[in-house]
Amino acid sequence: MSDMSKPALAEAGEFEEAVPHQNLSRTRFVQVLLWIGLVGFVLTAPFYLYPVFVMQLLCFALFACAFNLLIGFTGLLSFGHAAFFGGAAYVAGHVIKVWGLPPLAGILVGGLSAAVLGYVIGALAIRRQGIYFAMITLALAQIVYFFALQFPFTGGENGLQGIPRGNLFGLVDLNQPLAMYYFVAAVFMIGFLVIYRTIHSPFGQVLQAIRENEPRALSLGYNVDRFKLMAFVLSATLAGVAGATKAVVFQFASLTDAHWQTSGEVTLMTLLGGMGTIFGPVVGAITVVALQHELSGIGSWVQVVIGAIFIVCVLVFRRGIVGEIARLLRISSV
Amino acid sequence: MDVMIKLILAQGMLGLNNGVFYAMLSLGLAIIFGLLNVINFAHGALYMTGAFLALILYSYLGVWLGLEWLHIGFWPALVLVPLLVGCFGMLLERLLLRWLYKHDPIYGLLLTFGVALVLQGLFVNFFSVSGTPYPAQPDELRGVVNLGFMIFPKYRLFAIVFSIFVCLAVWLVIERTRIGAMLRAGTENPDLVKAFGINVPLMVTLTFGVGTGLAGLAGVLAAPIYSVSPLMGADLIIVVFAVVVIGGMGSIMGAVVSGFALGLVEGLTKVIYAPAASTVIFLLMVVVLLLRPAGLFGRQG
Amino acid sequence: MTGAPSSYLKISDLNAWYGESHVLHGVDLELAEGELITLLGRNGAGRTTTLRAIMGMVDRRTGSIAIRGEEFIDIPAHRIGPLGRIGYCPEERGIFASLNVEENLMLPPVVGEGGMSLDEIFEMFPNLREVRRRMGTRLSGGEQQMLAIARILRTGSRLLLLDEITEGLAPVIVKTLGDVIRRLKEKGYTIVLVEQNFRFAAPLADRHYVIEHGRVVDRIEAGAVEASMDRLNHYLSV
Repeated sequence: MSDMSKPALAEAGEFEEAVPHQNLSRTRFVQVLLWIGLVGFVLTAPFYLYPVFVMQLLCFALFACAFNLLIGFTGLLSFGHAAFFGGAAYVAGHVIKVWGLPPLAGILVGGLSAAVLGYVIGALAIRRQGIYFAMITLALAQIVYFFALQFPFTGGENGLQGIPRGNLFGLVDLNQPLAMYYFVAAVFMIGFLVIYRTIHSPFGQVLQAIRENEPRALSLGYNVDRFKLMAFVLSATLAGVAGATKAVVFQFASLTDAHWQTSGEVTLMTLLGGMGTIFGPVVGAITVVALQHELSGIGSWVQVVIGAIFIVCVLVFRRGIVGEIARLLRISSV
Repeated sequence: MDVMIKLILAQGMLGLNNGVFYAMLSLGLAIIFGLLNVINFAHGALYMTGAFLALILYSYLGVWLGLEWLHIGFWPALVLVPLLVGCFGMLLERLLLRWLYKHDPIYGLLLTFGVALVLQGLFVNFFSVSGTPYPAQPDELRGVVNLGFMIFPKYRLFAIVFSIFVCLAVWLVIERTRIGAMLRAGTENPDLVKAFGINVPLMVTLTFGVGTGLAGLAGVLAAPIYSVSPLMGADLIIVVFAVVVIGGMGSIMGAVVSGFALGLVEGLTKVIYAPAASTVIFLLMVVVLLLRPAGLFGRQG
Repeated sequence: MTGAPSSYLKISDLNAWYGESHVLHGVDLELAEGELITLLGRNGAGRTTTLRAIMGMVDRRTGSIAIRGEEFIDIPAHRIGPLGRIGYCPEERGIFASLNVEENLMLPPVVGEGGMSLDEIFEMFPNLREVRRRMGTRLSGGEQQMLAIARILRTGSRLLLLDEITEGLAPVIVKTLGDVIRRLKEKGYTIVLVEQNFRFAAPLADRHYVIEHGRVVDRIEAGAVEASMDRLNHYLSV
């Protein structure tokens, strides 16, 4: 009785099972509204917002959702996710620009490379737990960063520039802004659905069991390390897809994408939107990206603001925007 | 051949010089982690703050106060800055970190990450990112000494000897005094130590103060060697994290020894294959994770 | 309630929580100065938690804990021991692995006059003198238990909370511990004993409290033990 262990990340989103029965229909109702809102926004955004801005937003939203699969649904804080985002951006950029692959193939190769990298980094990092896991992923991602800095094909400090957008299936010219936009929107929606299905699959239930109580999951006979690694690879892959897509959108891959500050940003997006909620990372990504746009005039004060938001979130707002709203409405955020 | 040995020794000395900062920072991290279970991400930013405080005390404070003659030099800074940074650390613990002890330690890491961003952002706004040289290296430490195998800057030799002395002193206090016994006991079982009537919350604050003070001290030591830049702590802290993973946080001595040893390894890598020098510590971390996941000095299992 | 004329320790309606889980549901007990009581019950009944709640080692506690008439329920954990002159010997003994025997012994601060000197302690526990430089982990179970008791005798505590001190120890050591407790009682210490080993506890105690599901369900005076054996067996059988 004296060794009552606290559940890890108790503020992560609550499942329907944890929600009082009478609120279930309200949960369903709000979820339907959110889905309609999300799909509606993604379909119509380029008509009232600057398309490149929305594309950037969608890439970061997918990145944050992928990150959330680990922190929010498996309880693993990877502080090196920029390695997958940035690494895949370089790989995709290289195969599109130098090998002449079409953009979709480039993005898939980028995602695949992130999967391989995720397997290597994940296999190493899961050898330690909790806070060490975070430090190890950060340190391993730093190797990727130094490679990006030093390898000949990455363009060093200038980054990899001039990636052509090309054609989709030889039919659609992605240099058309709207064509590019709907391509990115499709990539985002597919990634988002993959994550949603994963979370609500038996596999996802095991991940959440690990998040809640790893020793118990282990004693129930689950190969915890294997599940963690699979979640890590999936998360890395989708982060890679997001990074590769961003490289195609902006037509270049930069060191910033692989830098630890990007890992910090995606953490903030997820934390601010709501760890362990379905829509939280999207909301967080929108907030942070919009904030960076709004504040771009004040130079490096942005960093101070971001840091301050971090502090406030951790101290008083650990459920994040979506998590807090769900708590107020007493509905499930998953 | 003789030239080769000299080169190796020389790079070894320079590596040891980096080891000074790895050792002092990982020592502070390990002490803090032991008692608070918090990884202080702001440690690198506090090291940077220490270096800037030394610079400010000498070059700016007088100007700001309208006392053009006022230049607080290296030796007073060596005492003042760790105290200032330590006090700042204690405020941080009392005002912010304290609220998170009931929660997952990950939140402590995220909070201190935010603090690091704020500190770094502030200094970027007021000082040049490309770095400012620290002009107040003391006269008695200028010049070089002949070590036989190389000519070595006197100041760098001082930094190595001084930091070894500081690390040993910290180790002695922890291992051989009553305060140290309380700290060790608190690291193992804070609830029981509390039940014995020891003021653990105060001990936690002081420990955080000492740990961050060490980062400030390392910053002052670094100021005359590297140019003082807002970004100087950012990449360093990640290397120090790797050092901590390699050493394992179970032992104070382990943190110090692996700090110096990895500085040395990094220096020697420069002789063998220079481009790998920036990644060799991370690669070693990979090897350690494969062979001895709890770290070289950590308790296995 | 009868029995204790002027309570040294009086606990009323003590509730305690670990996180969200409510573990004690209104514990009442009292003892006079110089008395020894035991808390009996099955594992998980709340006996250890009662001691931990007295020491402030739970996440939340309500009710009343009065020591010599002073209320302790709102005192912060690190001031309970010194103010109440309480010595606590935890389950699993709580010997610090990174401290040697002497450091373990000297760790708890003195809370009042009349504590035993090192010489007296080594006279009571001769084994400890020989191993005083050894690290805490490299002791036998019996030595660890001696050390755990010895270190709270040094501090001048008058109220001792001893949790499962005979658990896992050889019969000969249990017998020695019995002698130690008897001597402590003669010296006037007030003692709360959490015990699984009823045969160890029965001859020592003035009174037994039976705890079940986080509350006191029965109270048996030493004189009534013989007559209550059936009841006791029922409480303690698994």
